[in-house]
Amino acid sequence: MASQVSSPDDQAIPGGQRKPGKEIRRLDRVIIRFAGDSGDGMQLTGDRFTSETASFGNDLSTLPNFPAEIRAPAGTLPGVSSFQLHFADHDILTPGDRPDVLVAMNPAALKANIEDLPHGAEVIINTDEFTKRAMAKVGYDANPLQDGSLSAYSVHEVPLTSLTVEALKEFALTRKEAERSKNMFALGLLSWMYHRPTDGTETFLRKKFTKKPQLAEANITAFRAGWNFGETTEDFATVYEVAPAAAAFTPGTYRNISGNLALAYGLITASQQSGLPLFLGSYPITPASDVLHELSKHKNFGVRTFQAEDEIAGIGAALGAAFGGSLAVTTTSGPGIALKSETIGLAVSLELPLLVVDIQRGGPSTGLPTKTEQADLLQAMYGRNGEAPVPVIAPSTPGDCFAAALEAARIALTWRTPVFLLSDGYLANGSEPWRIPEPAELPNLRVDFATKPNKKLEDGSEVFWPYLRDPATLARPWALPGTPGLEHRVGGIEKQDGTGNISYDPANHDLMVRTRQAKIDGITVPNITVDDPTGEATTLVLGWGSTYGPITAAVRRVRGGGGQIAQAHLRHINPFPANLEKALKAYEQVIIPEMNLGQLATLIRARYLVDARSYTQVTGLPFKAEQLAHALREAIDVVD
Amino acid sequence: MSSTESAKTPSQAEQTKQVEQTKQVEQTKQTMKDFKSDQEVRWCPGCGDYAILAAVQGFLPELGLARENIVFVSGIGCSSRFPYYMNTYGMHSIHGRAPAIATGLATSRRDLSVWVITGDGDALSIGGNHLIHALRRNVNLKILLFNNRIYGLTKGQYSPTSEIGKITKSTPMGSLDAPFNPVSLALGAEASFVARTIDSDRKHLTSVLREAAAHPGTALVEIYQNCNIFNDGAFEILKDRATADEALIRLEHGQPIRFGTDHSKGILRDPGSGDLRIVDVTPDNEADILIHNAHAPSPATAFALSRLADPTTLHHTPIGVLRNVDRLVYDTAMAEQLDAAIEHNGEGDLTTLLTGTDTWTVVG
Ligand code: SF4
Repeated sequence: MASQVSSPDDQAIPGGQRKPGKEIRRLDRVIIRFAGDSGDGMQLTGDRFTSETASFGNDLSTLPNFPAEIRAPAGTLPGVSSFQLHFADHDILTPGDRPDVLVAMNPAALKANIEDLPHGAEVIINTDEFTKRAMAKVGYDANPLQDGSLSAYSVHEVPLTSLTVEALKEFALTRKEAERSKNMFALGLLSWMYHRPTDGTETFLRKKFTKKPQLAEANITAFRAGWNFGETTEDFATVYEVAPAAAAFTPGTYRNISGNLALAYGLITASQQSGLPLFLGSYPITPASDVLHELSKHKNFGVRTFQAEDEIAGIGAALGAAFGGSLAVTTTSGPGIALKSETIGLAVSLELPLLVVDIQRGGPSTGLPTKTEQADLLQAMYGRNGEAPVPVIAPSTPGDCFAAALEAARIALTWRTPVFLLSDGYLANGSEPWRIPEPAELPNLRVDFATKPNKKLEDGSEVFWPYLRDPATLARPWALPGTPGLEHRVGGIEKQDGTGNISYDPANHDLMVRTRQAKIDGITVPNITVDDPTGEATTLVLGWGSTYGPITAAVRRVRGGGGQIAQAHLRHINPFPANLEKALKAYEQVIIPEMNLGQLATLIRARYLVDARSYTQVTGLPFKAEQLAHALREAIDVVD
Repeated sequence: MSSTESAKTPSQAEQTKQVEQTKQVEQTKQTMKDFKSDQEVRWCPGCGDYAILAAVQGFLPELGLARENIVFVSGIGCSSRFPYYMNTYGMHSIHGRAPAIATGLATSRRDLSVWVITGDGDALSIGGNHLIHALRRNVNLKILLFNNRIYGLTKGQYSPTSEIGKITKSTPMGSLDAPFNPVSLALGAEASFVARTIDSDRKHLTSVLREAAAHPGTALVEIYQNCNIFNDGAFEILKDRATADEALIRLEHGQPIRFGTDHSKGILRDPGSGDLRIVDVTPDNEADILIHNAHAPSPATAFALSRLADPTTLHHTPIGVLRNVDRLVYDTAMAEQLDAAIEHNGEGDLTTLLTGTDTWTVVG
């Protein structure tokens, strides 16, 4: 389905003309949170609302938040699953701090989320689920719908479950089956409230239930019933319009994309641009498995996906494929990196290209599998035996995962090295509009393999030396098995410079350690740009990875209130951009917000002797813009 | 990127596999010398690894494979130095991981002949998981497991194939854990080809390697290898002419399983339990002596044969090919899925992929 931002009125609206008597209010942005039980289909509801919103042309940002258990105990606080969506008629950077609208499918969802709402927010409550027992289960002594505790909010009491069952009475479904469509009823109601196009959802439902057309029709009926309910009931007196964000986007064709999807597409694109077949060795782990799922759908691109027996075999197989000339990738999360460390060290020693993708989650150990964190940075930098430098890069937004994958491939292929790509749970599952690149914008990643001997010996014979480096990059030649005359052996034991033969010579080891380090230090990465519109800021806020959205939103708030602050964001953490030191030292104060206990700050302080200040949070959730803005204002006040 | 000329990419290599193989047959004959690298061999003098190296270098020319299409991948341990001595492509990797690394190589480069060199510690202790999964997957790999029943490179600790009670530096009062029987383990792990041979029996070793090389899928060859420094004589009972006749059961497909002086002993299936029994061959039972069938669909008899050996004394150790059956080869099936995906959906088109189904256009 393609649509034009300039003509949103083309969108089909079920239920015909809007009835008179409904007020239409224009908003510049809205934050909606759908919350329910893990089994209530909140993620699907949120995804669909997001798709409708994306196709309407709003800018948007999403935050799915769900428990690690597949079916956590029903009706409990730990079992609550939610999906937050922020959409606007202008460019936005985060999923938003505090929802304007909460859809609460049961008492647990209300209780778990109500604190996050500002006064005056709208709360749509599924009253059918507010039984004595359900309320007692989450510790409501009195019915919150009656005890006045919600008086600060604009509450809509809607019997979502029974309305859905009633709407589906013509279908040969049990009550339980019919109840399952209540999320679609809620989606229909919200779609009506916010004037969302609905074609996409109906098409989606027909496709999802191709094999069960009756379920498709039931869900569509519930969806339309929700829409019509809004239209007819007097409780909902207002319809909201959020205009497309035409000005926020540079011209081009857009789609909505999540971080993991963008990453998978980036890897396929890197394979196509390099002409090397893609090989993914992986072991299922949250929140990285979706990359494995996605890539395994695209075998017609020559993509080989290998679900290994464990994390170690996943990277081992990838390294074997790299030796054979594939664009080799392994995907995992923090616990998987811990297991892969030894093989990453081998890849450093073999000097073969390998992409190591870490979709970070809360740690240590199993930690918080479905929540986000940035606490694997030092593991990526240093988590190996010996001196084993590995380049580290990080995407800053969901859509940026695409470009980051291409950049990781460029570094790996050019410098013949493993490369860390540090995404996280927030980027992986969050989504945003993404401009689809034109073919001409994609980088050329072609690789020249070694084809002939590269060394003439004193006796005149010509031989191949696998560790005779390119003087410009210090990369070693990549000679693929199958190439006659270049037979050679590589291994994890220290090698003699040039020949690659086993060597225990002290001076040679010293040389090789320093050369491997120099190779990584010499990788050319783009300079960092500092955003300092007035040039008068004394404080620089520096971030890396997924904090880009919240930091930028916070910076806007500070500046909006008249504060001066400069901002810079790192994509390359190893090596750092060449101009970073100068950029840091141009400011009196550097503040580094991170979702860890100050890992980038540690690197910056050690490397540049800059007295950088850390601002940290490890809640498993991204920073909120207002909270961060507050911290930045305080930091500025200290200096000024 | 020093060279300007591009070598063939693997995908092209895949396509020209057929052509390559024809070319190999036509090319001038390689000899043992062609497979020796310029590296000095650094095993202890008298180590059984020398004999295995010579046997492998000696038999590879007859495969008619160009040496650039052969890759040896090893883990860690004395035996894992093997790739350095072969003038082929090779990788000396990390402890226990060679089957995983070789799996990635073999599945992505089906034009190559990939061999894994490993030992009892490497394959059965630290790398046990990778070994069993390689076997069940049936990737086109030839795994040579040098079993010396000891840790050599770390100077003499007991290994997962050492007999119970083994006195070593780490077990001064004797080891407590029961050993693995690598052949039984492989059969239990769904292996399609399992064989056992002995370092010093060049003829037998070569014939087993030949069969392994011809097998499509994973082949596991356990090679009893003498570590003359830390476990000297571990297999002497099977090598000494005085004892070997009684101790060693040579299996040959299609032949009655008989051993002992003058083939006086044989294997019978007990009709009651279905188990195997060692009997003195008499005119009465001679016709009932079990005929070895390496191609039997069920691994049950091969497993029963593998259990005849005494784990401590190695008495009644079967050698030869215990199992050799055809079943789905992982890398072939993977390649077929890729072909099928192209057949059904056409070659992937990047623009179509990136565009997806839900888009909108912003005009300037
Ligand atoms: S320690 Fe044993 S196995 Fe290792 S090289 Fe010496 S003799 Fe061979």
